[in-house]
Amino acid sequence: MKVHLPNSAFIGNIDPFLRVIDLKHPGVLEITTNPKWISVHPVILSLVAALGLEADEIKCDTLTAKSAHYLERMGLFKFLGIESGIKIKEHESAGRFIPINQIKNSDELSQFIKEMIPLLHLQPKQVEPIRYVVSELVRNVIEHATSPTGAIVSAQYYKKSNRIGIGIADTGVGIKKTINQSHAAESHMQAIRLALTPGITGTTKREGGTEFNAGAGLFFIKAIAKVNHDFFMLYSGDALYKLLKSKSERLYADPFIDRHSQADDLPSWAGTVVGIDISLNETREFSRLLDLIRDIYLKTVKERRKAKYRKPRFI
Amino acid sequence: MITINLFEKAGSFAENKDLARDIRKNEIIPALKKDQNVVLDFDNVEATTQSFIHALISDLIRTYGHEVLDRISFKSCNETTQKIIMIVSDYMQESD
Repeated sequence: MKVHLPNSAFIGNIDPFLRVIDLKHPGVLEITTNPKWISVHPVILSLVAALGLEADEIKCDTLTAKSAHYLERMGLFKFLGIESGIKIKEHESAGRFIPINQIKNSDELSQFIKEMIPLLHLQPKQVEPIRYVVSELVRNVIEHATSPTGAIVSAQYYKKSNRIGIGIADTGVGIKKTINQSHAAESHMQAIRLALTPGITGTTKREGGTEFNAGAGLFFIKAIAKVNHDFFMLYSGDALYKLLKSKSERLYADPFIDRHSQADDLPSWAGTVVGIDISLNETREFSRLLDLIRDIYLKTVKERRKAKYRKPRFI
Repeated sequence: MITINLFEKAGSFAENKDLARDIRKNEIIPALKKDQNVVLDFDNVEATTQSFIHALISDLIRTYGHEVLDRISFKSCNETTQKIIMIVSDYMQESD
């Protein structure tokens, strides 16, 4: 496997980074880096860390980029068990970031959420969507991904833009296999589309879901990003769905109606990678967001029920 | 009537749906079977998730019908918790 950390890769421009990932030969992971500058979203660190767990041997370039200490600070090398040679001052770690963490079960997630929030030094109102997003996304991995390595999570606060970037990666079964337990998605992109539709879950065809799953989690997360005019991405199999920034706050049940980009010819990722940005100065009242979600959710469920109605036959 | 204190069981951020399922199975359902009404007390719960609330109440609505909501009260919910409970109760009442 080969991965190259470029000078810049965030959700908005992540496609070129994903295109050059080489997932062949899973025993060895080779990491190369831009020699001058490395500035990447946490989703990329989570992805690389998840790949590292699959490899028996990891090789990494000698780091020459001025900003390489960021990778050290985020715990990438420690996580991968390799020596970077970079020394960081302790006070730097008091910044607002969550280094790479591995979460394998429900109790670890609850503990992680308790410990993560103080690290970000946020106002209570700003905390609400962040812990919501992390909880729901990691629970998805724990419940559906059947990944022995669990979920790999990291996050970073960006002072200049006043936003939090969150990345969660797993190397489990991926969205298509999960969705196809109850539906018939022919492609990874179709599976992503279904997974983002409110009320669709891989656990059952039944409207309302099972006692444990409603098929609402990813729709809620996308809605948080949409209403706050932020990026959101979902990469699974060969498909990448990316919610683009938009001025609109209108929520749609069909993710393809939202302003988005999509690609279905990427290296096939066995699992799921999710990235999201949450702008703190635009964070809409969570309560107001829930009103919007309730309206569209209910409308969608009613429409789906209506579509199943039998028509009377007049002869 | 029994009162179930959610903060004691799930903390200030009620997100662990395994706990929600356990509360439903081990406390709410036995109480309903004994014809007791149930108060779910959210005092000190700052936030929750749709998944937690779904695991807590969706199967009650499916099993006992919409009328079960006449026998369950949600006490001391803040605004966002109320709205999440409304979303789950709405879609479950529209569901199969």
